[in-house]
Amino acid sequence: MRIVAKGLTYTYDPKSPFASHALNGVDLTIEEGEFYGIIGHTGSGKSTFVQHLNALIRLTGGSLRVGDYDLADKKCKFIELRSKVGMVFQYPEYQLFAETVEKDVAFGLKNFRKDMGEEERAAAVREALETVGLSYAEMEGRSPFELSGGQKRRVAIAGVIVTKPEVLILDEPAAGLDPLGKQELMELLHRIHGGWCKTVVIVSHDMDEIAENCTRAAVFSEGRVAMEGTPAEIFARSEELFALGLDVPVTARCALLLKERGIGIETDYTCRDFADKVLALWRAKEGGHAQ
Amino acid sequence: MEAVRFDNVKFSYEEDGQDYAVNGVSLSVEEGEFVAVLGRNGSGKSTLAKLINALLVPTEGKVTVFGMDTLDAKMTFEIRKNAGMVFQNPDNQTVASVVEDDVAFGPENIGVPREEIGKRIEFALDAVGMQEFRHATPSRLSGGQKQRVAIAGVLAILPKIMILDESTAMLDPRGRREVMEVIKRLNRERGMTVILITHFMDEALQADRAIVMHRGEAVMDGPPEEIFARSEELETYNLTLPRAAAVCKALQAAGMPVNNAFTAEELAEAICASLQRG
Ligand SMILES: Nc1ncnc2c1ncn2[C@@H]1O[C@H](COP(=O)(O)OP(=O)(O)OP(=O)(O)O)[C@@H](O)[C@H]1O
Ligand SMILES: Nc1ncnc2c1ncn2[C@@H]1O[C@H](COP(=O)(O)OP(=O)(O)OP(=O)(O)O)[C@@H](O)[C@H]1O
Ligand SMILES: [Mg+2]
Ligand SMILES: [Mg+2]
Repeated sequence: MRIVAKGLTYTYDPKSPFASHALNGVDLTIEEGEFYGIIGHTGSGKSTFVQHLNALIRLTGGSLRVGDYDLADKKCKFIELRSKVGMVFQYPEYQLFAETVEKDVAFGLKNFRKDMGEEERAAAVREALETVGLSYAEMEGRSPFELSGGQKRRVAIAGVIVTKPEVLILDEPAAGLDPLGKQELMELLHRIHGGWCKTVVIVSHDMDEIAENCTRAAVFSEGRVAMEGTPAEIFARSEELFALGLDVPVTARCALLLKERGIGIETDYTCRDFADKVLALWRAKEGGHAQ
Repeated sequence: MEAVRFDNVKFSYEEDGQDYAVNGVSLSVEEGEFVAVLGRNGSGKSTLAKLINALLVPTEGKVTVFGMDTLDAKMTFEIRKNAGMVFQNPDNQTVASVVEDDVAFGPENIGVPREEIGKRIEFALDAVGMQEFRHATPSRLSGGQKQRVAIAGVLAILPKIMILDESTAMLDPRGRREVMEVIKRLNRERGMTVILITHFMDEALQADRAIVMHRGEAVMDGPPEEIFARSEELETYNLTLPRAAAVCKALQAAGMPVNNAFTAEELAEAICASLQRG
């Protein structure tokens, strides 16, 4: 499903003196098949935008289409839309509610996959928990509120991927995961992306994560899209990013420092490509010496 | 002076539990130290932090904060006054419906004089870049804004020990840098003891000392550079190297002679030296 937002606006508490203009005309198209990144300073409207995508926040200005669903249309089938667009919230606590981890993860299935039998559902819940690196046996009976921060995060992710939504939106999903857990989450997302999951959208403050994983990205600022492109295109514009309160990946910072010393490296800013380019320079130099 | 001491501390969340979230930890933190606490999800970091400011008390063993025993209920108030903690989820922290009242709550609670409180609020809101939101409602802020307010609330207390439980996890890059700078400055200039729980290995590099938790035990303890030199062991604890160090290791593995580097600056230096050598 292709996502097309045009002139999207949103204001919290519009009639009060504390009205907060969160979105000020977002124009953005996310093609089906992308592994899309959204970055931007605190309060730039990222969470507000993504919550529009499965109608958790109802459209009040502009237009938004997700596949064939027109979210401006009052008759839009919102429940059906939500079964196809899964969302992992910024804080897992907002997502967890059931007495046990098992019930929490099963909830979405009960709602969206009514055709599923008891046994099949239990197997799906088990698989989802194991997929996010939790042991079903250890976790199923526990209260989701009596878990560590990272364990809560994993349960929240399991509760969304278990329904196999076509579009998967994750709002800062790696926050709270341990370093290997972060890597594993990204590997998991790549694994399902291209299978039942057609499009992944992640919001992140980690520039390295965006450079390593995303096909394209948008930079939000003040409720608008300030930049759009591949990570390589975006991170080449370091001055603009710094001015927006953002940063560049470690590889890009290193490339900038090398450039100051007269060493030019053209890279897409993934660690592997950066290392390959540096090695190529070194081998060329060694080769030069050998002759 | 010793700020925090753990003597063979065990803690279980269950009444008659055999499952220890903290399982036999002994350690000592001197006043003025900057300690990073690392470790996989569920390894006991938050539990350890809550044992310091007496939100939890040991099932076995003893925790003291500036010599005060956390099991002594008469000392709880004094301990919390000395050891301020920013929680993992800011919603567990906010108490008032207006940002500036929320920030004032801590200092008021410990009896900071009225005229001083105004200054503390200014300082704390400045430090986290939230001046323009002082009249806003904490529950109606973005995720990162809430986190900034929670940090300001503890900064305003100017505690002798500041515990940050993944408090920068949802800040944007500038916010993260600014908060780290304030913390480092308070550590340097006021000798504030800092205990920073984090999953960002780059942040850990800024500490004097790193402690790695694993299954409730403190399994590594030393300067961050030494800890990151033991990369294979780290992996068994679900940790990784800082990005620049990982790139450096890949270069070395391919045979390029580069010096060890942990940050982008060190990596650029090492690459440059290697390319321009001989
Ligand atoms: N529930 C709410 N009520 C009122 N205003 C809100 C609410 N949630 C967010 N806002 C405001 O809307 C703006 C955009 O917030 P949003 O949560 O979309 O930002 P964000 O880009 O996700 O930020 P962060 O990186 O901090 O999570 C901010 O100025 C914020 O204060
Ligand atoms: N309120 C609670 N009740 C019962 N068990 C708990 C509770 N909080 C945490 N635990 C358990 O105690 C162990 C240690 O949890 P703790 O929160 O200290 O981990 P952590 O190192 O902070 O993890 P994270 O990186 O995920 O925040 C975990 O196994 C966790 O499931
Ligand atoms: Mg957000
Ligand atoms: Mg924790």
